[in-house]
Amino acid sequence: MTITTFIVISIVKSIAVIAVLLTAVAYSVWLERKVSAHIQNRWGPTRVGPFGLLQPLADGAKFIFKEDLTQPHVYRPLYIAAPIIALVFAITSISVVPFGNSAYIPEINVGHWFTIPEIETPFQITDLNIGLLIVLGITSMGVYGVALAGWSSNSKYSLLGGLRASAQMISYEVSLGLSLIPVLIKSGSFSLREIVEAQRHLHWNFFYFPLGTLAFFTYLISAYAETNRTPFDLPEAESELVAGYHTEYSAMKFAMFFMAEYANMVTVACLATLLFFGGWLGPVFGPPLLQMVLPIFWFCLKVFFFMFLYVWVRWTLPRFRYDQLMAFGWKILLPLAVTNIVVTSLIVAWRA
Amino acid sequence: MLHLILFLFFGTICVAGAINLLAQSHPINSALSLIVVMASLAAEYLLLGAEFVAAVQVIVYAGAIMVLFIFVIMLLNAGQEERTKGSRVAILFGIPGVLLGAVLIAWTLLYHASAEAVPIGALPGGPHEIARLLFHEFLLPFEITSVLILIAIMGAVVLASRPEAVAKRHPDETRKAVPELVGAGKER
Repeated sequence: MTITTFIVISIVKSIAVIAVLLTAVAYSVWLERKVSAHIQNRWGPTRVGPFGLLQPLADGAKFIFKEDLTQPHVYRPLYIAAPIIALVFAITSISVVPFGNSAYIPEINVGHWFTIPEIETPFQITDLNIGLLIVLGITSMGVYGVALAGWSSNSKYSLLGGLRASAQMISYEVSLGLSLIPVLIKSGSFSLREIVEAQRHLHWNFFYFPLGTLAFFTYLISAYAETNRTPFDLPEAESELVAGYHTEYSAMKFAMFFMAEYANMVTVACLATLLFFGGWLGPVFGPPLLQMVLPIFWFCLKVFFFMFLYVWVRWTLPRFRYDQLMAFGWKILLPLAVTNIVVTSLIVAWRA
Repeated sequence: MLHLILFLFFGTICVAGAINLLAQSHPINSALSLIVVMASLAAEYLLLGAEFVAAVQVIVYAGAIMVLFIFVIMLLNAGQEERTKGSRVAILFGIPGVLLGAVLIAWTLLYHASAEAVPIGALPGGPHEIARLLFHEFLLPFEITSVLILIAIMGAVVLASRPEAVAKRHPDETRKAVPELVGAGKER
C-alpha cells in the first residue's frame, strides 16, 4: 500500500466513522425520548416526520439558532474551552474501536489514466496494540470538560455539579479499569481486535461464568457512573442542582455537552460489546458482500441493545444519594473487581 | 524526516507549556499547562516506540493526578495570585544555573554520545516486554515500591483524619461529617 492510498483510506474512514457516530448520537437522543415516553405511557415526539424521526434535525436547528448567552461573571477562556474539550475527547475515543472484519475492494479502472488499486482494509480507523489503553486514557481526559465547565461558570450550582462529577468520575474510573483486567488476562492482549478474535465460537467473555459475568456487571455499573447516567446522575440532579455543571450554558455550547454525554454512552456500549459480547462475531453467510456487511450489522445490533439498556435503566431506577454513591464505588465495586482479578489470574495460571 | 518534524513539534509544545506554567498567575491555568506538558511528553514517548509508557503517562498523570490537582484548586477556590519580584536568591542563582545545566547537557550530547542513534522500537516498549521486566526480572523492586506507595497512602489517611478530633466525637457524628465535604448539604 502506497502512502497516498493509506492517507486517502484513513481520511475516508475517519469521516465515515465520525459521521456515523454523530448520527448515532442524534438518534440515541430520539431513542431516549421515544422509549422513555412509552415507558411512561406517552407518545413522545410524533410531529416532525414519521414517528418523529426528523426530531433530531429540528433539535439541531433549534440549538444553532438560539441565542448563545455568555454570562458576564464567567471566566471566559475556560468557559468556551470546556464544551470543546468534552466533545473532542468523547469523539476521539471511537478511533480505535473495530466494528467489523475487513473490507475488500477489487481494482477499479477509471478511464485509461487512473486506476484505483485493490484495497483491503479493516473496519476500524486504526488498530493499535494498546487500543484499550488509548480508550481508557482518552475517556479519563474527558473529566476536564466537566470539571472546567463547573469551575469557570462561577456559579454555585455549576461548581457543586463539577465537583461531584469529577469526584465521581475519578472514583469509578478505578473500578472501571480494574473490572477490565480479567478480560485482558484471558485474551492476553490490549488490541481490541485480538480481544474479539479470542471470543470466537461463542466463547464470549460474558458467558465465562461466573468470572466474566461478574467482570461485565462491575464494568457496566462503573461505566454508568463514569458517563453520569441514572442511577448515578448526581452531577446534574435537577431537583438539587438545577442542571449541574452546564447550568450556565445555552445554545450550541449546551448541545456540545449533550453530544459529548451521548458519544460517551456510545463508546461505553461499543466497549461492552467488544470486550464481553464478542464484538462483530455472529452468524455469517451468503455472498461476499453480505459476508462483509453482516458482522457490522451484528456489532450495531449489540451496541443498540446497550443503548436501549441505558434508557431502560434510567426510567427504572431512582437516583443514589451522594454518600451511598461513594460507599458503593469504593466499598463494594472496587473489592469485587480486585477479587475477580486475583481469582481469574489464579485460574489462568493453574490451567497454563 | 517525519519523525524529526513530529519530535520538534511536540518538543516545542512541551517547552512552551512548561514556560507558560511558570508565567501564568492563576493556579488553574498553570495546572492546565502542566497537563499540556504531560500530554506532549506522552507523544514523545510514543515517538520513541514506548507505546505502553505513553498510554500510562496519559492515564496516570494527565488523567488522574492532574484531575486531583484541578479538583483541589476548585475545592479551595484559589484565586489570582499576586505578582512578586521573586526572591533574590532565585534571580542570582536561577538563571546562571539553568544556563549551566543547558551547556552541560549540550556538551555531553555533542562529545560523549554514542556514534549511532538508537532506532525506533529497539528498546522494549510494548506491554508484553514491560510486563516481563516488571513481574519477572525486577519483581522485588516492583513489590517494594508498591509497599512504599501503600505506606504513603496510609500516612496520608492518618494525617488527614485528625485522630483526636475523630475520637472525641460520637461515632454517628463522624459518619455525618463525610458528605459535607463535597457539599450536598442534604438531610439524611
